[in-house]
Amino acid sequence: MKLLAVETATEACSCALFVDGVCEQIYDLAPRRHAELILPMVSQLLAAAELVVQQLDGIAFGRGPGTFTGVRIAAGVAQGLAFGADLPVAPISTLQALAQGAYRAHGAVQVLAALDARMGEIYWGAYGVDERQRMTAMVSDCIAAADQVPVPEDGWWFGTGSGWASDGRTLSERIGKAVWGQEGQRFPQAQDVALLAADTIAAGEGVPAEQALPIYLRNRVANERANRP
Amino acid sequence: MRVLGIETSCDETGVAIYDSQQGLLAHVVSSQAAIHAPYGGVVPELASRDHVRKLLPLLRRVMTQANTDRSNVDGVAYTAGPGLIGALLVGAAVGRSLAYAWNVPGVGIHHIEAHLLAPMLEPEPPCFPFLALLVSGGHTQLIAVEQFGHYRILGESLDDAAGEAFDKTASLLGLPYPGGPLLAKLAESGDPNRFNFPRPMTDRPGLDLSFSGLKTHALYTLQRHGQDPTTKADIARAFEEAVVATLVIKCDRALKETGLQRLIVAGGVGANRRLRNGISKLALRRRVRAYYPRIEFCTDNGAMIAYAGYRRLQAHANDPLAFFAKPRWSLSAIEPS
Ligand SMILES: Nc1ncnc2c1ncn2[C@@H]1O[C@H](COP(=O)(O)OP(=O)(O)O)[C@@H](O)[C@H]1O
Repeated sequence: MKLLAVETATEACSCALFVDGVCEQIYDLAPRRHAELILPMVSQLLAAAELVVQQLDGIAFGRGPGTFTGVRIAAGVAQGLAFGADLPVAPISTLQALAQGAYRAHGAVQVLAALDARMGEIYWGAYGVDERQRMTAMVSDCIAAADQVPVPEDGWWFGTGSGWASDGRTLSERIGKAVWGQEGQRFPQAQDVALLAADTIAAGEGVPAEQALPIYLRNRVANERANRP
Repeated sequence: MRVLGIETSCDETGVAIYDSQQGLLAHVVSSQAAIHAPYGGVVPELASRDHVRKLLPLLRRVMTQANTDRSNVDGVAYTAGPGLIGALLVGAAVGRSLAYAWNVPGVGIHHIEAHLLAPMLEPEPPCFPFLALLVSGGHTQLIAVEQFGHYRILGESLDDAAGEAFDKTASLLGLPYPGGPLLAKLAESGDPNRFNFPRPMTDRPGLDLSFSGLKTHALYTLQRHGQDPTTKADIARAFEEAVVATLVIKCDRALKETGLQRLIVAGGVGANRRLRNGISKLALRRRVRAYYPRIEFCTDNGAMIAYAGYRRLQAHANDPLAFFAKPRWSLSAIEPS
């Protein structure tokens, strides 16, 4: 099973090629340079594996939440590649990928994933590892002020993502003693997007290219004006 | 050569397929006017969100209509600027990735160059060189087009673009966004002799333009003479007459200065009937020939992008995989090809 994943929802930009359980990734911390970097990464990974897009079984991408433009770049690239090679797509939550990264790096089995959403809010999700070592949602992804995020029931949590850098203190106070560690410097990565998408693609449960769409969570982006002459 | 064209620079999603032997095979445009109307103008983030939802369904439709599959597309062209950065990036991301997957060249197109080439899609296209009057929502320019890829800006609006002036004045008259075409409709019942609006910057030499004063003039007239429907129609008429007369005077000057024998009108306001009449009369008087795109290709569309792409790809253009979008991009800065 071969699949390619792209993740550009935050300051980080990455691409991963997953071939029969083995994953290669290119990762760069490169704010505002995703358009420039992402397709060269794709091409470099495929060339190294002597593959072309048509030989893949599917495309995965970080569907958000994250920066609006960043999430659309990932969705756009996924759409173009998938439409062009007639492949199914697996959209993966960036918060889920972030949590999966914390499990990979620290063995954290219950993770509070938070991304700085600006304007006094964070993107927030609580994840726990399942029997197949995949992160699954325990509190579904949402956007909220740090002092109002939904608190998961019980457990022993690890906090990860830029939301812990921007609002770590508020979050720690809100969750209380149930947080055993936190890191603000982790970003979602394509290798985790790929891992989380693998079962979906293998099971033939991917969606058509036109359904490779972002999930923004923040939906109020403009104020209607009173109809004045 | 068969080229796919993608336009997402502002509030229209356009997709088309152009074939160098058979001409335009299919094109579709999806307008976002209804999405932005409640806000009185284009909301960039909403524009981007709609493009990423609509683009592939439109693409699939166009490919079916053109009876084309990936094996007979030779290149993908997408608008790379100028325009709204987020909106442009949707077209560039999808377009460049699609070209990569198809293993054909991909090329980012200058939106204004594409507008200037739109008359080439008509049965009797103009030859180079020609004078171009570009009148859109974001740009108003007089351009000497020496040959494909060689553009010299002779004059431009120092403030509002012509389309912008139409839309803002329409809004003053209580018309919903985008009001340009509605203002033109209202003007039909207006009395041309009741108000006389100034012809900005025609009393001094040069080819630059200015339209923001006309909007202010419309506002004062409205305040002085009241809001009744007849007055509004009369103001619409006077405003339209003034814009058209000003553009005609500047075109006349530009033809005289350059000695060019052909004149093309491009961009959204090029759909305006009174402007077309004014330009055609000028052409008769000056014994030059005027060319227009069909009405639907005056405003943003994928067909002009596909055609511009064809011209660039024919000159062996192929952009790197590092795709880009340039919100500001001067026509005089583009590569001659
Ligand atoms: N019949 C018309 N009369 C006057 N203005 C018009 C007419 N039709 C369209 N427009 C104007 O054209 C502009 C849109 O043109 P377009 O070329 O799509 O602009 P841009 O690419 O800069 O967004 C709008 O300002 C619209 O009001």
